[in-house]
Amino acid sequence: MMHEVDPNSESLPATIPNRSLVEACDLTVRFNQHDVLRGVNVSIRRGQTVAVIGESGCGKTVFMKSLVGLVKPTLGDVRFGGRSLQQIPFDELTETRRKFGFVFQNAALFDSMSVFENIAFPLVQQGIATLDEITERVMRHLAEVGLPSEVAHRDPAQLSGGMRKRVGLARALILQPEVIVYDEPTTGLDPIMSDVINELMLATRRRYPVTSIIVTHDMRTARKVADRVLMFYPRNRLKSTESQVIYDGPPSELEHAEDRRVRQFVHGEAGERMNEMLQAMA
Amino acid sequence: MSNTTAQQTVPPIDREPNWLLETKWAPWVSQCGARAVDGITLLGDMSLFTWQMLRWLVTRLPCRGTILINFYQVGAQSLPVIALTGTFIGMVLAVQSYVQFHAIGLDSHLGAVINSTLVKELGPVLAATMLAGRVGGAMAAVLGTMRVTEQIDALTAMGSDPIHYLVVPRFLACILLIPALTVMADFMGIIGGYCYSVIILGIDHAAYLAHSRDGVALFDLFSGIFKSVFFGAIIAVVSCHQGFNCEPGAEGVGKAATTAFVYSFVFILAVDLFLTIVLNSVYYSFFPNDSSFL
Repeated sequence: MMHEVDPNSESLPATIPNRSLVEACDLTVRFNQHDVLRGVNVSIRRGQTVAVIGESGCGKTVFMKSLVGLVKPTLGDVRFGGRSLQQIPFDELTETRRKFGFVFQNAALFDSMSVFENIAFPLVQQGIATLDEITERVMRHLAEVGLPSEVAHRDPAQLSGGMRKRVGLARALILQPEVIVYDEPTTGLDPIMSDVINELMLATRRRYPVTSIIVTHDMRTARKVADRVLMFYPRNRLKSTESQVIYDGPPSELEHAEDRRVRQFVHGEAGERMNEMLQAMA
Repeated sequence: MSNTTAQQTVPPIDREPNWLLETKWAPWVSQCGARAVDGITLLGDMSLFTWQMLRWLVTRLPCRGTILINFYQVGAQSLPVIALTGTFIGMVLAVQSYVQFHAIGLDSHLGAVINSTLVKELGPVLAATMLAGRVGGAMAAVLGTMRVTEQIDALTAMGSDPIHYLVVPRFLACILLIPALTVMADFMGIIGGYCYSVIILGIDHAAYLAHSRDGVALFDLFSGIFKSVFFGAIIAVVSCHQGFNCEPGAEGVGKAATTAFVYSFVFILAVDLFLTIVLNSVYYSFFPNDSSFL
């Protein structure tokens, strides 16, 4: 369980070097004879904020879901704190999953519950808190994501996209996870709300010594929030000897990456892709 | 030896063209084979799903609140529609049977036929059909939407088991409440049949009741209720399984709801046949000389 740090401090908590918290070892995920991920090796240290970028269909979300155990690897392994998720017993796997907070692309709030019930859900399921404690924590987390207390009794359907994402973030944070995973947190939001979400991710990082994994298309998010960027490339467009992770480094170096494909993605250039599409149509 | 070398050393096999592939039946055989494989895969997947659900059922039940909501949706909200359809079925039976019974002068025996048919077959099957349509379709649609919008993934990510949280309460609600709904369908059908026969068709009230009483044994009622428990289990398992394996998009959710009803109905009728044969065998093994059951 993590400890809260001073939220007013501008400096980010120091990362602990050379200590992997989450590792993908030779990770291969195959759907219907099609390799979405093949032989991916990634190690994420405690306290890092990693942005996973790449074009649609390159396997970013599958990679992220594999780390949490939502998708089982076809081959290879995922380790959390040095222990293989494939080998730990079911009860321990459930406990391990609670160390992850997951913010889904469309928030994945439960329609049948109010905002309050959604945020309180992980606490209620664990049965570790009294009603007063649950209320206090839900209201505190609502305030942390910048939502008024009146929102607590609304249904998710009554909220805007930005509010839903913030409720999703509050729900992910309620169990004070060690790792928080964001799936395209700014997709579908206007630029102002996107920046609000970016600021909230930074504030969360300042408040808690949490390890963050952000899957995004948004280069502004990657540059502003992450201290390491991984770029994935679709497996079917790579040679068999090439690694699927074509960039692994700081966001500041993205512009000057040696790989042309990385620079094209960063600048949003279609490149040879347009010709390929025209050829396919012909 | 490498694979390439091995391939080089093995002489190519001169295969005879498969005559079956040349016939006009080939695509049909291929489609039948594919369907058979799909069917077996579906049954296997459903069995594993049921096994996981049963494991939770005997180890840890979900919280009371989750169970009660499902009981309300399955039981209380289904009562009016089952009562209404039960009444109409009882009346329809009276209308359909009256002509034949009147022709041979056995009008007063109508009660025995209506009540026996209702209690043994139509009551349980009607209640199950209505439940499959009203509740099963809704279950598949709700769970399918939860799958499509990643709510089921969210449950797993938060350390909850979706089968424990979503399927077990629905299964319990279906198997525990369908007997009550069946009794309601039986009761309303009997009332409907009685009212139509006595009030509209003018059959003697006392004779109708006397034959009704003689025509229905306690075992008939028991067999109907016993079968309904299996029907409830089928509705819950099939509908939840279809919802959990829903394809993406609005079309996927619609397909899951439709398929849930169709599969439930087919399984209900198949299991009904099997259980009826078994129950008849059990009955006659205990009462070999009883002819009233016929």
